[in-house]
Amino acid sequence: MLHAASLMLLFPLVGFVILAFFGRRIGDPLAGWLGTATITASFVVACVTLAGLAHRTSASRSFTQTLFSWIPVGQLHVNVGILVDPLSMTMAMFVTGVSMVIHLYSIGYMKGDRDYPKFFVYLNLFVFAMLLLVLANNLLVAFVGWEGVGLCSYWLIAFWYERDSAASAGKKAFIYNRVGDTGFLLAIFLIFSKVHTVDYLGIFAHRHALGGPATTAAVLLLLLAATGKSAQIPLFNWLADAMEGPTPVSALIHAATMVTAGVYLLSRMNPLLALSPDATWVIAGIGGATAFVAATIACAQQDIKKVIAFSTISQIGYMVLAVGTGAYVAAIFLMVAHAFYKGLLFLGAGSIIHGLDDEQDLKRMGALRRWLPWTYGTFLVGWLAIAGIPPLSGFWSKGDVLENVWAKSTALWAVGVVTAVLTAYYMTRLFVLAFHGDPRWQHAVGDHPAHRTPHEAPWVMRAPLVILAFFAFAGGILDLPWVHHEGLASWLAPVFGSRLFSAHESTGLKVGLISIDAVAGVLGLAIAGYLWRARADRRELEPAFLQRVWFWDDFYDLVIGRPGQALARFSATVVDSRIIDGAVNGIASLVRLAGANLRRLQTGYVRNYAIGVVAGVVAIVLFVLTKT
Amino acid sequence: MSSSFPYVTVLVLLPAAGALGAAASARVPRKLVEAGAVAVSLVTLGFAAAMTVAFKAGDGGFQFVSRHVWAQPLGISWYVGVDGISVFLVLMATVLFPIALAGARTREDPRAFVAWMLLLESACIGSFVSLDLIFFFLFFEVSLVPMYFIISGWGFVRRAYAAVKFFVYTVAGSAFLLVGILVVAFIHESQTGVLTFALPALERTHFSGTTGVLLFLAFTAAFAVKAPLFPFHTWSPDAYTEAPAGGSMILAAVLAKLGTYGLLRFDLDLFPHASKVLAPLLLTLAVIGVLYGAIVACAQRDLKRVVAYSSLAQIGFIALGVFAFTTQGLTGGVLLMVNHGLVTAGLFLLIGWIYERRSTWQLSELRGLQTPAPLLAAAFSVIMLASIGVPGLNGFVSEFLVLLGSFLTHRWWAVAATTGVVFAAIYLLWAFQQAFHGKPDPATATVADLSWTERVVVAPLVILIVLLGVYPKPVLDRITPSVNEVIARVELVSKAPAHPQVVVKHSPVAGSKREGAAQ
Repeated sequence: MLHAASLMLLFPLVGFVILAFFGRRIGDPLAGWLGTATITASFVVACVTLAGLAHRTSASRSFTQTLFSWIPVGQLHVNVGILVDPLSMTMAMFVTGVSMVIHLYSIGYMKGDRDYPKFFVYLNLFVFAMLLLVLANNLLVAFVGWEGVGLCSYWLIAFWYERDSAASAGKKAFIYNRVGDTGFLLAIFLIFSKVHTVDYLGIFAHRHALGGPATTAAVLLLLLAATGKSAQIPLFNWLADAMEGPTPVSALIHAATMVTAGVYLLSRMNPLLALSPDATWVIAGIGGATAFVAATIACAQQDIKKVIAFSTISQIGYMVLAVGTGAYVAAIFLMVAHAFYKGLLFLGAGSIIHGLDDEQDLKRMGALRRWLPWTYGTFLVGWLAIAGIPPLSGFWSKGDVLENVWAKSTALWAVGVVTAVLTAYYMTRLFVLAFHGDPRWQHAVGDHPAHRTPHEAPWVMRAPLVILAFFAFAGGILDLPWVHHEGLASWLAPVFGSRLFSAHESTGLKVGLISIDAVAGVLGLAIAGYLWRARADRRELEPAFLQRVWFWDDFYDLVIGRPGQALARFSATVVDSRIIDGAVNGIASLVRLAGANLRRLQTGYVRNYAIGVVAGVVAIVLFVLTKT
Repeated sequence: MSSSFPYVTVLVLLPAAGALGAAASARVPRKLVEAGAVAVSLVTLGFAAAMTVAFKAGDGGFQFVSRHVWAQPLGISWYVGVDGISVFLVLMATVLFPIALAGARTREDPRAFVAWMLLLESACIGSFVSLDLIFFFLFFEVSLVPMYFIISGWGFVRRAYAAVKFFVYTVAGSAFLLVGILVVAFIHESQTGVLTFALPALERTHFSGTTGVLLFLAFTAAFAVKAPLFPFHTWSPDAYTEAPAGGSMILAAVLAKLGTYGLLRFDLDLFPHASKVLAPLLLTLAVIGVLYGAIVACAQRDLKRVVAYSSLAQIGFIALGVFAFTTQGLTGGVLLMVNHGLVTAGLFLLIGWIYERRSTWQLSELRGLQTPAPLLAAAFSVIMLASIGVPGLNGFVSEFLVLLGSFLTHRWWAVAATTGVVFAAIYLLWAFQQAFHGKPDPATATVADLSWTERVVVAPLVILIVLLGVYPKPVLDRITPSVNEVIARVELVSKAPAHPQVVVKHSPVAGSKREGAAQ
């Protein structure tokens, strides 16, 4: 049954090829249905593979299949191959599942767009690349998927390319990711130089050959890669701009799947992480800091999608924190739960934006619960889930992370709890601004008086909301604390083994920690509800420092952007044309000066010299011929 | 081998014959002449393809060797053949010439244009296959003449300046090469009593330390200008920009490779010791080229100049691979010569088509091309992404091998060059956004998308770019054995302690195997 696993990759690839060549002829909406069908087929294959894997004994749940030899040069043998194990299949399941639902949603959301078929071309290619990333059996093929998802992300952010902001945002995403990707490449070089393979299993088997400093360096380089892809400090600020893309893209790529790839990569490389405690502290620190910083920024954003985007950065921060703690299962648990509730929140936001004819400003929403009942009901679930209200999935998954972090570092745990309060706060703020209070969407914008009536989305968009709401509500059962030994933890045990950190805390302490989480959620919710329910205009709570992302972009512009541009201009206009070329021309004029006396013999026309070369060649040839 | 079909000789002579035919065809309608030229170049491609198919994988020596003594007293012979390195450069050149002839036609005097182009093709192929240094030098020099006339005859506003600069600069470099070749042959004669210019014989010559270094520098001067390597590059942005589209394509894609091929074939083979000693210098110039080319590319306001400087960066990568002395680095370097040829030719071809439509390459005047011309934008994106090094396309495989290979022996050079990967994304995506994204202005909104002819012309490039990215194995399997022979020789002669991971198992006398293949 496992041999069919590569079909998971094949279906989206075939979908991509068909849509790329015949998409225009297939048209709207059939192209969308075709795209959705291929992902559904992939999902079915994933289910079958998962069942096959579960059928095996725990120790033998690892299956490698080589498809073809890709780059064989000397000692380097890179095969395109897949590794089916509990970790890759957990990823593949939620990637195909969520992708399927969001493809379905896109059929409705993208209806009428000029480039409707092209949207599904990119989306199918994205799913292919994402599956390649999680299923690859070696670092280099994973890197192909890694760059592939980044490329699709670039295309999809810049999907409405006539809008300058969209085109720039796509470019920004690609370049930030590229900075991270150099880390990935260097990590591959370093690992290969020590263990002579890029296969995961080979690297893990010979990991002790790496040596301490190289291990730490490799893990930190992989962390750099992860900060790019997963939008963590210091490479996080592309994700907010990425909201220029169509909302289903934000839900699928910039919330549920691609941005969690960094967490996956670090979890996959857990045998190396275990050898470098120093590096794991850095990972935990980056995760904790990002969770907190992004949460504060989310509290002050006006654009509904940007709030959710910074929320995503913050939530991934929790996952990275968990990875740094060694609580890989908690990280994966949060990743899966987050895919459900964050996907749901984005699709809900998309439904609002769709219903309000492309309005994204929270200050121009309000009271929508009366017009968009389906969106309201499902969004309510997502809101409570992310706020960490029991018994929804967010409560259990975030609780799992914080429980482990407590055992590693009380300071990081405190950051996590404060962030939990902020999370509940900003999401409640968003919720009440959008659905409660007075309707504000009819206020005129500039000289355009708005006459609009919010309308609920069609069923292809509502059905995904309901499906995701179900899982956002009930996803916690994957790994409830008291069934820890039969849930996700035991399923993933073969991958992490003894490297999995487990906090042996007393039941009393666990209950205490969980209660604190619940209180944090309720507290944030209550504060925001009190402050924002009646008034939408509270400038004092939205300082410029937070609105402008801690001035992070301005800082990069000041220390990298502008000096970089100045350097480029200086190199082009002074170094290249005056100094280097100047030297060349200087030598040329010296020669000309020296040859002044010979000038009469020279015509000065290069074409004559050129003819001379030909004549000379002919002369030499004739000379040689006569001598033989 | 010698009894088989003389592929190599035919490949050299066929385009030249075509050039003569075109030059003599004053009465024939221009369309027919152009079609005839494309046909000749396609037949050449057919022979090159057949030769590549017949090429034996796993054999690192020269194949399809023809050797005819020609000037006995002077030791000059018609001595040609291909190994795993040159066979793909020949194939790349023969793929690009028909595309350039069919895709970048000229309005004025097409007879002369196609005649020069076909002569150029002969010169390029001849340079790649010559195993006799005098013939190599002749082909290397002769290639300048058609290119000079193509730039000065069919170029743009500053064509005269660009053509003269190109010609004088490269001829100046070649002067060193000629002297170097003669000195090598005379030293060999003094050691063995035989005057010969055959590479397999000369490569067994022993040079003392200083002599070797000086000769290496003389050869390198010519190749570094031709490639061009930093800081000998300043002729290239002008020449690439002022040349007509077909000229830019061949100049950047094929002619530049004469330089990098020369570094690999002659510098490494003849002066292994000096190559080792001076490798840090060349590696440093290569890395500076990678970073400097990228930085300067970021400041260009002209699409053609962006590609010209990106080319400088890519040539830097090639040199980095060549002087890494590892199987991966050198194989990557050779593959990058091929890949860079395909990619750069593709970009210049498309830029030529943009010029035909909008009469400008100024990025500030182009805007929103994607809306009226989605196929043009799609083709441009694929080729551009290959240049950026996105995996799945050909550029990645070679760039990865170069960086990995150089990391193994020269870690910090590789680390510095890896950051160049970021720059490529910055300037190319920026240029793409300027030209293709945004709302088109009225002049752009009515631009025609790719015609069927244009689609047919560009399709082979796109297909090869994808194919070589997904399944480069057949090519790598043929390059690697030849590269291993070069490395084995360098390591043997320079007697440096072998790097355990990277050095191949070498036959003790690499030179003799090549000589054997040549007999």
